[in-house]
Amino acid sequence: MDPQKDFDQELKDIEAKIAELKLLAKDDSVRFGTEIAQLEKEKADLETSLYANLSPWQIVQIARHPQRPLLRDYIEGIFSEFIELHGDRRFGDDAGLIGGLATIEDRRAVLIGHQKGRTVEDNVKMNFGMANPEGYRKALRLMKLAEKFRLPVISFIDTPGAYPGLDAEARGQAEAIAANLAAMASLEVPIIVIVTGEGGSGGALGIGMGDSVLMLAYAVYSVISPEGCASILWRDGAKAPEAAAALKITAASLLEMGVVDDIVPEPLGGAHRDPQQTLANVKDALIKRLKKHARFSPKKLVETRYEKYADIGRWKNWW
Amino acid sequence: MAWFRKRKNKHGAGEGLDENLWVVCPDCKTHVHRDEWFAAPKVCPKCVFHDRLTARERLDITLDPGTFREFNPEISTSDPLLFTDGKESYFTKAEAAKGRTGLNEAVVTGSGKLDDQTVTVAVMDFRFLGGSLGSGTGEKILLAADYALRHRRPFIVFSASGGARMHEGIVSLMQMAKTCAGIARLHKEGIPYISVLTDPTTGGVSASFAMAGDIHIAEPRALIGFAGRRVIEQTIRQKLPPGFQTAEYLLEHGFIDLIAHRRDMRNCLSRILRYWKR
Ligand SMILES: [Zn+2]
Repeated sequence: MDPQKDFDQELKDIEAKIAELKLLAKDDSVRFGTEIAQLEKEKADLETSLYANLSPWQIVQIARHPQRPLLRDYIEGIFSEFIELHGDRRFGDDAGLIGGLATIEDRRAVLIGHQKGRTVEDNVKMNFGMANPEGYRKALRLMKLAEKFRLPVISFIDTPGAYPGLDAEARGQAEAIAANLAAMASLEVPIIVIVTGEGGSGGALGIGMGDSVLMLAYAVYSVISPEGCASILWRDGAKAPEAAAALKITAASLLEMGVVDDIVPEPLGGAHRDPQQTLANVKDALIKRLKKHARFSPKKLVETRYEKYADIGRWKNWW
Repeated sequence: MAWFRKRKNKHGAGEGLDENLWVVCPDCKTHVHRDEWFAAPKVCPKCVFHDRLTARERLDITLDPGTFREFNPEISTSDPLLFTDGKESYFTKAEAAKGRTGLNEAVVTGSGKLDDQTVTVAVMDFRFLGGSLGSGTGEKILLAADYALRHRRPFIVFSASGGARMHEGIVSLMQMAKTCAGIARLHKEGIPYISVLTDPTTGGVSASFAMAGDIHIAEPRALIGFAGRRVIEQTIRQKLPPGFQTAEYLLEHGFIDLIAHRRDMRNCLSRILRYWKR
């Protein structure tokens, strides 16, 4: 069994059967009523056993689930308006890292984020959400735009990592990310970051410094992919489940280590099982954070952000 | 992406010694007299191969004798994940690195004089866990940047690193953000920051403070890049061109201001510092 695909297949089968019986029950509710009730109970039991104690590796599967909401889904479901702005004004336009002017309820914000594709075609165009330097430079110019017009920045993170390609190196992948980090450290408007799926290393962090960093309950965020870590340290990519556990990449671990500020709840079993609920949760969390940081002066914002990052991994044994 | 690779140990002090009198250049295999090799220092007179220096060796050839005052030598590795790969714990690994190098972390920081000009310096040491960016490394670099800011001294960082330290997980990744937060304050306050990229500067270090300088200087032929060669080859399924990710390649592509031979580095830094002071 392919764990990536069939992780919750059994549950899907029961759900399909319930739906089928419910259709039939319209005509003969007496006959199917007990059967449906029985299946509903089975489903609830299965959900509990399946999702109550997920291993970090299973959470990775949920974070990468093919039906998990992607940035375009969040944009359509959460924002009342989105004017996409293309290109880095230097080299080109990266379809794997998009951005633009957005409105959420009555608030304006500049939105940036990784865009994965759902089809093979889209993923060729979007590089599976692995951005090139021009993607990071587009994000940078949009953040500067936000600063000029005193608008907050909302950044959505969902990437396996920055694209490791020959052209990406030639165009300065390292410099592009480094420049963003320095810029985000001193940007004089609020930055709200949310990791919605995969937070892949420097490719994630390249648009990931913020006053609030949120994480969906089944998102992951790591310095290296579990597969990559396993192949280097275990010398066996198949040991990815062990590496996923050792790297402590789940939202709960990151909250504990002070790297994220809050966890945004997901429906039991993952966002794909109830996208509408997920979108509503994300919307609430973003609005709450936008309100929170809107109160601070630019100076205070930058100072607080500096202290927040200076504090991560602080040496405490001074005495 | 942060690769901590076990490399074939072809570089490093003491390697390639032949009957204690000759050093074999790790690159072109020329026999160089030991005195000549260490006077260079560690530069092949024939092919200009720049072998890696330890942090102490770098400080010795960069600063005026007797002027270096070290900051926070007690800052050491932390183990936020209690990481183990099943065979060896990070704790054991780090202790071994400390024993082997006499260092507590992959960077040595402090204040000193360079051609009579007071500077704040951070020098990475590749021997310590591949110069990887751990929380102790990030903390020392941030504290040094903070010192440079408070005393309004130029900040010079010599990087030599394979990238993030995956044994410290996300805390290591966040050191990229942390060090850049320190550098950003120098930029805002007009404090000069010179990044010297030496062999190798890759992954999370190249994608943070090393590539965020006012001036980027590299040593000849140093490996500088973001992703590892093997990862790129596997991704694009083609061979990489010769000279890819070298200092010269980065100069050609516009990411390095200049390349300085090791014997000219101190003079080069001094000239830039004096220019700024005028
Ligand atoms: Zn040679």
